[in-house]
Amino acid sequence: MYDGWKIILGLIIFIGIATFPFLYDMGKAAVPPPKPNIDTPEIQKMAVKKCIETKSFMRAEHMVMLNDWRDFVVRDGDRLYTASDGHQYTMSLQNTCMKCHSNKTKFCDECHNYMAVTPYCWDCHIAPKEEKT
Amino acid sequence: MLETALKGSRRYWTWIFFLLAVIGTGFIAYLYQFRIGLGVTGMSRDVSWGLYIGQFTFLVGVAASGVMVVLPYYLHNYKAFGRITVLGEFLAIAAVIMCMLFIFVDMGQPLRVLNVILHPTPNSVMFFDMLVLSIYLFLNILVGWTVLGSERKGIAAPSWVKPFIILSIAWAPSIHTVTAFLYSGLPGRHFWLTAIMAARFLASAFAGGPSLLIILALIVRKYTKFDAGKEAIQALGKIVTYFMITNVFFLGLEFFTAFYSKIPGHVQPFMYLYTGIEGHGKLVPVMWTSTILAAVALFLLVFPQFRRKENLLAIAAVSTFLSLWIEKGFGLIVGGFVPNPFERITEYWPTLPESLITLAVWATGFLVLTILYKVAVSIKEEVGVEEHHH
Amino acid sequence: MSINRREFLKIAGSSTVLALGGLSVSTLLKKSLLEASQVMPDPRALVAKRWGMVVDISKFKTEEDYRVCTEACHRVHNVPNVGTIKEEIKWIWKETYEHAFPGQEDEFLSPEIKHLPFLVLCNHCDNPPCVRVCPTKATFKRESDGIVMMDMHRCIGCRFCMAACPYGARSFNYRDPRPFIDKEKENLEFPTRMKGVVEKCTFCYERLAKGLIPACVEASQELARKTGREPGLIFGDLEDPNSEVRKILSTRYSFRRKPELGTRPGVYYILG
Repeated sequence: MYDGWKIILGLIIFIGIATFPFLYDMGKAAVPPPKPNIDTPEIQKMAVKKCIETKSFMRAEHMVMLNDWRDFVVRDGDRLYTASDGHQYTMSLQNTCMKCHSNKTKFCDECHNYMAVTPYCWDCHIAPKEEKT
Repeated sequence: MLETALKGSRRYWTWIFFLLAVIGTGFIAYLYQFRIGLGVTGMSRDVSWGLYIGQFTFLVGVAASGVMVVLPYYLHNYKAFGRITVLGEFLAIAAVIMCMLFIFVDMGQPLRVLNVILHPTPNSVMFFDMLVLSIYLFLNILVGWTVLGSERKGIAAPSWVKPFIILSIAWAPSIHTVTAFLYSGLPGRHFWLTAIMAARFLASAFAGGPSLLIILALIVRKYTKFDAGKEAIQALGKIVTYFMITNVFFLGLEFFTAFYSKIPGHVQPFMYLYTGIEGHGKLVPVMWTSTILAAVALFLLVFPQFRRKENLLAIAAVSTFLSLWIEKGFGLIVGGFVPNPFERITEYWPTLPESLITLAVWATGFLVLTILYKVAVSIKEEVGVEEHHH
Repeated sequence: MSINRREFLKIAGSSTVLALGGLSVSTLLKKSLLEASQVMPDPRALVAKRWGMVVDISKFKTEEDYRVCTEACHRVHNVPNVGTIKEEIKWIWKETYEHAFPGQEDEFLSPEIKHLPFLVLCNHCDNPPCVRVCPTKATFKRESDGIVMMDMHRCIGCRFCMAACPYGARSFNYRDPRPFIDKEKENLEFPTRMKGVVEKCTFCYERLAKGLIPACVEASQELARKTGREPGLIFGDLEDPNSEVRKILSTRYSFRRKPELGTRPGVYYILG
């Protein structure tokens, strides 16, 4: 073929770049799945250890729920949220969610780091102070 | 047709790589700005818009000026502009791309720019500006590419192009009017609160854009076999003359209102720009340079014996372009912020990163322009420089 | 059947556009996750048809009188102390008469009045030019109580609002503000801001929602209690004829900043 060596070289470079993620991790142990830790003093103090909604709901929808919360609080002036079990909570990441989940690095970051997502919440919302262990 | 841009002389590729080098340097400067924030520029709490928005404002004018060659040719059959319309349309494309880049680098949260589309706000002039600029870009690409493609094939342009051409003619003044509205509707900034802001913008656009087009046409003629034509260039010269006179006249009108009424809010920005206030006078030499350049340009333009000599016309075009670039691309913006609402003065001067990023955006525009012109010129050379009648 | 390159590209392009377009439309039309009935305002919230403020300069006698107000605000809201005029961020601050009211040019004005310090802040105008120009409605006028709000999540940092505001009330985060916040005094119940967004006084909407008056007003009242004087900041509903602010405005001469611009500011100044 015409320019044969250019094509072969190009193909090799392309395949190299495309398969790089797999080649890089060859032989290394699998990254363990994330283990978000809910063992915080505030949660331990709770009689009934329940989040605002169910675990499956939170895992799938907490991002959308927080987005909706932010629009309700900032734009509409509504602050109280009635959960599906009838309990009322103040809609606030910093003052509600993080009051129980006060170990951001062992909870929020666990899944976020695994999924390589960096939500920009923490650029503004102050993360709870944790002791360096 | 783009493949014609991949074949070129040594000089062509040197120019391309020079532009890429400038873009690369500016890109690194932008990464620095992206990481640290807009604090790396000279902008401040008081002067919250600077070189980026100034260049954007000036370039919207250059983009709008495409209409100055399209209108006479398509609406009034002015045959002399036959070869230059594609140069005007392609200049408009490069200019609009530069506008959009300047807006992007000026944003505090650039990754959120799509919020303007997700949350459309019709009462915001900036929303409209984004809309009309995007549509203008689309129109020029559509028209320029189609007409050029037809020329290459040796056939007449398809008839559906005509309504788009008419639309682009009407659209061009609107993009610059909307940009003027960014400034002329703000109650607190008396330097900008003038009914003739849009008229001033259009006058300087139709003087500055065609000047650049003259320079580009002369460069293209020097380095390629493509000649836009002596008559076309002379016609552009006359357009620049009349609109530069209008532009200086309008500026004179502003001076009159300010200095005859003596209202401090109107007088002070002019004093700051042209004489300095209380020892603050960073922009004074810059504004007087613009004035002198305008005087030189008008002297060479008004007298036909000078204007007819192409080398003098070239000097006049450069002079016009630079004068307007300073006045609209820098002085106008800073003047609106000085003095601030508390009648205090915070001066502004661009920083090194800001200048590198600005140069990189200009280089990007010139890269787009070079590639598009290379395509146009190659096709015209392919086809031969016979007159085409539409 | 054979297909030429042009046809193939046309089909590929249009199917991509249709797919992406259809996806976007279906996402936009998807029902919101939460029902509107699930949310409501806090019953403790202070409500008004239009919040406004009266600044009684005659009650500000000492440096401390001004300082407690500005410090309370900047502390409660984690406003950074950037330290340069170029990039300073301020929500409420002191400004002398000649600079707060620049239209009142007067060569025979007594130096006392000329240099009399006033407290200036966002005026929460009834006809705010900043809201008119914002391309994303990141700054908006709350219909319920007239507060000119800031949605930090939506702001793209274009700074058009800063150009539009005739009062210089807005500040921009030219860099990350966190290094400039005193960690000892940080308010852990309120977020900071990030670089690239505009901020300004929001009449303490987050406190009003919990039944508390704005921080500057509370600080002024506390100091008044301590010193046995009267507070200099009075906050209330401009649309309620029985509110304290309205009573003051109906009995005293008041003036506002640049009223000729048609912005209808909500912050009134009285000299006693």
